[in-house]
Amino acid sequence: MYRILKKEKLSKEVFRFTIEAPMIARERKAGQFVIVQKGGDFEERIPLTIADADSEKGTITIVFQAIGEGTHRLAMMNEGDAIENVLGPLGRPTHIEKFGRCVCVGGGIGVAPLYPIAKALKEAGNELRIIIGARNESLIIEEDEMRALDPELIVVTDDGTRGRKGVVTEPLKELCESWKPDFVVTIGPTIMMKFCALTTAPYGIKTLASLNTIMIDGTGMCGGCRVSVGGETKFVCVDGPEFDAHEVDWDNMMIRQRTYSSYEKEAHHRCHLETGIKEGEA
Amino acid sequence: MTREEMDRKAKECLSSLPSSLSVKDRMAIEHQEMPSQDAKERIHNMDEVALGYSEDMAVLEASRCLNCKNKPCVSGCPVSIDIPAFISRVQERDFKGAFEIIQKESILPSICGRVCPQESQCQKYCTVGKALKDVDKAVAIGRLERFVADYNAGDDSLPEIKAETGKRVAIVGSGPASIACAADVRREGHTVVMYEALHKTGGVLSYGIPEFRLPKRLVDKEIQKLERMGVDIERNVLIGRTRTIEELKSEDGFDAIFIGTGAGLPKFMGIPGENLVGVLSANEYLTRSNLMKAYDTKNSHTPEYEGRRVAVLGGGNVAMDAARTALRLGAECVDIIYRRTRAEMPARKEEVEHAVEEGCNIRMLSQPVEILGDESGRVRALVIRKCELGPVDQSGRRSPVEIEGSDEEVMYDEVIVAIGNASNPLIKLTTPEIEVNRRGNFIVDEETNRTSIEGVYAGGDIVLGAATVILAMGQGRKAAKAINEYLKGK
Repeated sequence: MYRILKKEKLSKEVFRFTIEAPMIARERKAGQFVIVQKGGDFEERIPLTIADADSEKGTITIVFQAIGEGTHRLAMMNEGDAIENVLGPLGRPTHIEKFGRCVCVGGGIGVAPLYPIAKALKEAGNELRIIIGARNESLIIEEDEMRALDPELIVVTDDGTRGRKGVVTEPLKELCESWKPDFVVTIGPTIMMKFCALTTAPYGIKTLASLNTIMIDGTGMCGGCRVSVGGETKFVCVDGPEFDAHEVDWDNMMIRQRTYSSYEKEAHHRCHLETGIKEGEA
Repeated sequence: MTREEMDRKAKECLSSLPSSLSVKDRMAIEHQEMPSQDAKERIHNMDEVALGYSEDMAVLEASRCLNCKNKPCVSGCPVSIDIPAFISRVQERDFKGAFEIIQKESILPSICGRVCPQESQCQKYCTVGKALKDVDKAVAIGRLERFVADYNAGDDSLPEIKAETGKRVAIVGSGPASIACAADVRREGHTVVMYEALHKTGGVLSYGIPEFRLPKRLVDKEIQKLERMGVDIERNVLIGRTRTIEELKSEDGFDAIFIGTGAGLPKFMGIPGENLVGVLSANEYLTRSNLMKAYDTKNSHTPEYEGRRVAVLGGGNVAMDAARTALRLGAECVDIIYRRTRAEMPARKEEVEHAVEEGCNIRMLSQPVEILGDESGRVRALVIRKCELGPVDQSGRRSPVEIEGSDEEVMYDEVIVAIGNASNPLIKLTTPEIEVNRRGNFIVDEETNRTSIEGVYAGGDIVLGAATVILAMGQGRKAAKAINEYLKGK
């Protein structure tokens, strides 16, 4: 049993859970993820990146957006409740070294798993610039934490309700021109990561992306998470989740992510009807 | 015939038999078929296909056994069950006595009686089958084993467990090899902790084999039995990530470790189009249906990819399981695409027959060469190249030879790849000193199943590649014996 010690609502539909999971907290490194299954026979297994961990307290933190049926059901859990199954840490940890100048680009809830990577990069002696973006102000998370790492933090929203109006690739391109980073890491919606890769490619800057694909077991068994990287099929769960962003076949990945979209749409709608919660909220 | 009719017939036959049976009398008794759900009905449910013998059918089938002195059948059993002895008990209607004999060698009779390939093991050597020149007419040892196990399903007795030794053994994985090993090690009085990565135990018995072939309540029961024996089962622990083998030894104080993690990395064909939407590994397809219960669309929160025209690539038992699952999930057409002919299929004959009865088509001598997608990236067709049988290859079967220029496009909207599994790299990655062969399978000592590391043993598919439940169980028992020996000296 994995008890929820703290539940925070970061925005209308973004939640942060601090969960008791001493074994995972002890082993976990930046870039790794867990698979959460609420319990019983019928709940789905949901892969979620570990946003932070405290090995002394034996806790891990997950941040998720209630975007589908499974995450909505997770969002309905409260402090003190126990999640029956949390498996991890999964995936290979981020390779951290002194690259020189690094830019971290986070979009939406991707900002949460980006934080421990940014922190580790800074601790390794890298110069750091951070860009975070979201659709609107209410979906911007962990701004203060990120600003503590980079006082010149760049915030971007689609509608301009917070920071610059626009998308993250614009300040990224400017930094590529003016600051000449040696390394870029990006976590967020697939479309955003694709365009970050396209932005840095002409400058030949090594760029890493953390992928979030369809997954069941997380141990290499199902192969549902496979992506094409440099023309080779890779499993995100055992070979990833991070890959060279310039080698990923982004279009295929986006198509594969929508495999169950009609089911998901219907289940999501049903979930809102059953719980009586308005769309866009959880 | 329905089960009731078959039962009535068996009763009549039994009453007409002389009280003392000669070899000739025994040989004359008709082989008892397995009562099954009607094929047209069963494709609309997930219930078990084979219904099991009635008492009289079991007694009648047992009466066919000649009780050979040299017991050829036993030599074909990977765990050497005293087959003629248990069958004699069945004939005497001492079903409990029969159960006790099986249990001496096998702890999973209800499972092995269902999924063992008896036709290539015990029944292959049966004198009756040989005399009748038909392995299908051999004494139905597997069906009798299943009958005995089911008859004794209410038996909750536990094997004797010796006084606690205080020595600790970790079992990695909870499939058949691990279950067998855990039980035997625990019986010696050692503390046993079993680690399973998934949220459900049973390994391939839970995620792989469908409900209609192996009801999950049977698997759960075996696991509960282990728990009642005092085995501590920890779910959600992935050895190689949550803990490493080295940590189990040095930090968690385990004196010995058994690794039974199975063959858990699906192989793909390596043909163009394999990453299209609607191409799934059989592992994924079956895991969604079995482990995540996606077939139960009312209750499950995990979707299954529901193709109307489904191609299953491969000719093994897993391919049959996937094909038959697809029918039950509402596919209109299910084709099993295999590059050799039906005679060379590695699947059990019974599984192939069941699949065909239910309406799956076998497209033999067919090699998939490309999967085609529509404009939205979903599967729309498979390009199949015709083959012919060439000379016998290393596997002892005639090899498929592709016929150039014979490519044909066949419309499908789902492709399930069931061409086997490679070994999972996780433990090797974090335990580099463990020796593996070029396929990634662990290299173990033949007598003890010990790996290249002292105190670390392995068995089942991680050693054998894709094998069977009973072979895995046999390896688990062999390793347990060696572990018990090893711990005596510690």
